[in-house]
Amino acid sequence: MNQLIEKVFLPAFSNEALDPRHDGALFSVQGARLAMTTDTYVVHPLIFPGGTIGDLAVNGTVNDLAMCGARAIGLSAGFILEEGLAMDTLQAVVASMRQASRAANVSILTGDTKVVDKGKGDQLFINTAGIGAVIAPRAIGPAAVRPGDAVIVSGDLGAHGIAILSVREGLEFEGEIRSDTAPLWPAVEALLDGHVDVHCLRDLTRGGLSSALNEIAVAAAVRIDVAEDLVPTSELVRGACEILGLDPLYVANEGRFVAFVPEGHADRALDALRSRAVSAGAVRIGSVQEDPAGLVTLRSRIGGNRVLDMLSGEQLPRIC
Amino acid sequence: MRFLDEYRDRASVRQMARAIRGIATRPWTLMEVCGGQTHTIVKTGLEELLPETISLVHGPGCPVCVTPLEMIDRAIAIARKPGVIFCSFGDMLRVPGSTESLLDAKASGAEVRIVYSPLDALQIARAHPHREVVFFAVGFETTAPANAMAVWQAAREDVANFSLVVSHVLVPPAMEAILGSPACRVQGFLAAGHVCTVMGFEEYEPISRKYRVPIVVTGFEPLDLLEGVYMTVAQLESGRAEVENQYTRAVGRSGNRPAQQRIAEVFEVTARAWRGIGEIPASGLRLREAYRRYDAVERFAVEGTEGVAESTECIAGLVLQGQRKPHECPAFGTRCTPDSPLGAPMVSSEGACAAYYHFGRRKENGYPTNVSSAASGH
Repeated sequence: MNQLIEKVFLPAFSNEALDPRHDGALFSVQGARLAMTTDTYVVHPLIFPGGTIGDLAVNGTVNDLAMCGARAIGLSAGFILEEGLAMDTLQAVVASMRQASRAANVSILTGDTKVVDKGKGDQLFINTAGIGAVIAPRAIGPAAVRPGDAVIVSGDLGAHGIAILSVREGLEFEGEIRSDTAPLWPAVEALLDGHVDVHCLRDLTRGGLSSALNEIAVAAAVRIDVAEDLVPTSELVRGACEILGLDPLYVANEGRFVAFVPEGHADRALDALRSRAVSAGAVRIGSVQEDPAGLVTLRSRIGGNRVLDMLSGEQLPRIC
Repeated sequence: MRFLDEYRDRASVRQMARAIRGIATRPWTLMEVCGGQTHTIVKTGLEELLPETISLVHGPGCPVCVTPLEMIDRAIAIARKPGVIFCSFGDMLRVPGSTESLLDAKASGAEVRIVYSPLDALQIARAHPHREVVFFAVGFETTAPANAMAVWQAAREDVANFSLVVSHVLVPPAMEAILGSPACRVQGFLAAGHVCTVMGFEEYEPISRKYRVPIVVTGFEPLDLLEGVYMTVAQLESGRAEVENQYTRAVGRSGNRPAQQRIAEVFEVTARAWRGIGEIPASGLRLREAYRRYDAVERFAVEGTEGVAESTECIAGLVLQGQRKPHECPAFGTRCTPDSPLGAPMVSSEGACAAYYHFGRRKENGYPTNVSSAASGH
């Protein structure tokens, strides 16, 4: 995916707003600071414990805006329906979109629908795009990250990816693992209201914490150190990952993010985050160091150190 | 998490590491046989806790790594046949054959599915009676019972559209091959705990006696591995060479008899080629005559690709026999990476090369080959 972006899309579309490769693009129109983003959703199954493809499509775009320090002001939604999709399923997905956009306090302002022949799609694809008003006083992004910054995650990791996998694979665990899909703007708003000097935010979707940290370490030309035993994961997710041979640090989340703030603001940031339900489980997991640039290191539970690498393709379960 | 957290406890781990320091008076080279153990060692930075005189070399116990090229080519040829649903464990998918991997075949239209168990593949066969469902049966003694069970169930229910590409291998002959090599530098083994859960450890006793080498059946968590090292070093320091069992919570001396019986009913021992090492006599399993109709290679009559040369640059064979460490390969991290692997050990997370690459023992970009120096300010 990374290679595709670098080899095909960036050279073709290069411009000032796109090139920083942030979750959303920042620009100004007649003095108004705006953010814009788009994302396409192809998840299977369409409905899973804790959410639907519709929740993801609303929250994902709202969250990409929030990661730019922007409050969503309007969304578009495009639907590609495969012939034969059950009307009940579509109704359920649309209802969850309405609910999610209410919860995020944003309206779907425009939309489009296409129907393709059976076999030409996987039931339902959704694209959403969003425009947001930038509230953060200063530019939020990897360029603002400094050595000494504290690294904070907004809650326990891995629930979304494991919820999807357990349905897809027909796995049953002792307790139900529900997706963490949620709008993240309230958490970001709390940081900004609390006058935290937010340096960088990144939601921990595809590729999980590890990919987000690696991207930021490279873009900011810093080293990031995290401690494995500080990274929050629920018992259920840890257990499921053990059984499936997966690492929760690489599993996708849909309602979690990482924040980089100055050391002196770390406690204030944690207080602010913990005041909102969506980020009540926020904890500090590490810090930013100078070099070697682009490296993420993990201090393991037993006290050994290693590089926390970027994922190459999908995380494939191990044989034994 | 009970039964895991206590074996990852920092204080217990440190205490065991101190105990090893207390008894190790000379340099010793030990081999952990199983790729799962290599994964834990590298992932947790365990070697940093050992005295510098104890060297761990990584063994051949990575099923993905030792499955021969021609077998992967056959699997891909079968997966590409119209009407076939090809099922495999996840980490086999990225392993390069001579021209492509199963993942490449999937990307260009073959129906390749990841399953967690051969019994899931059998279930797919029952659900799709008009399709041919093929399972890629790789692995050591650990995966053999479930694969045998799938064939046995298919035979009992007469599920005719199910078959296996069998490339099973056995641990003890590989250990003997390593010990028999003049270049062998292994002085003690941490035997693969999960293999012994199935097979027990009686079969290691003659090897230990013949080669005068300590063999300690060892688990997979950090504390297990350190205790395995402790028990092996204690034997070496006192001049003993015995089979001992560290992994008592999972392994008994005789193993799992019903599982062994199922394996013996369905499979028979055969010579098997190991990728990077070559053919080892009596080192693999194949379907017995009575079950041969479930052999996918016979059913689909696919040609092998014997004679296709491996990358001449790849030193996988030496790595798998513990004669070289991954980062001693000139291609490591430069011309060979998980994105474009020259050899199989760079593919699976159990492969020693991939474990070294992912967890930081690499030379590119001026990164330290050992991250502890980079993170010392932590």
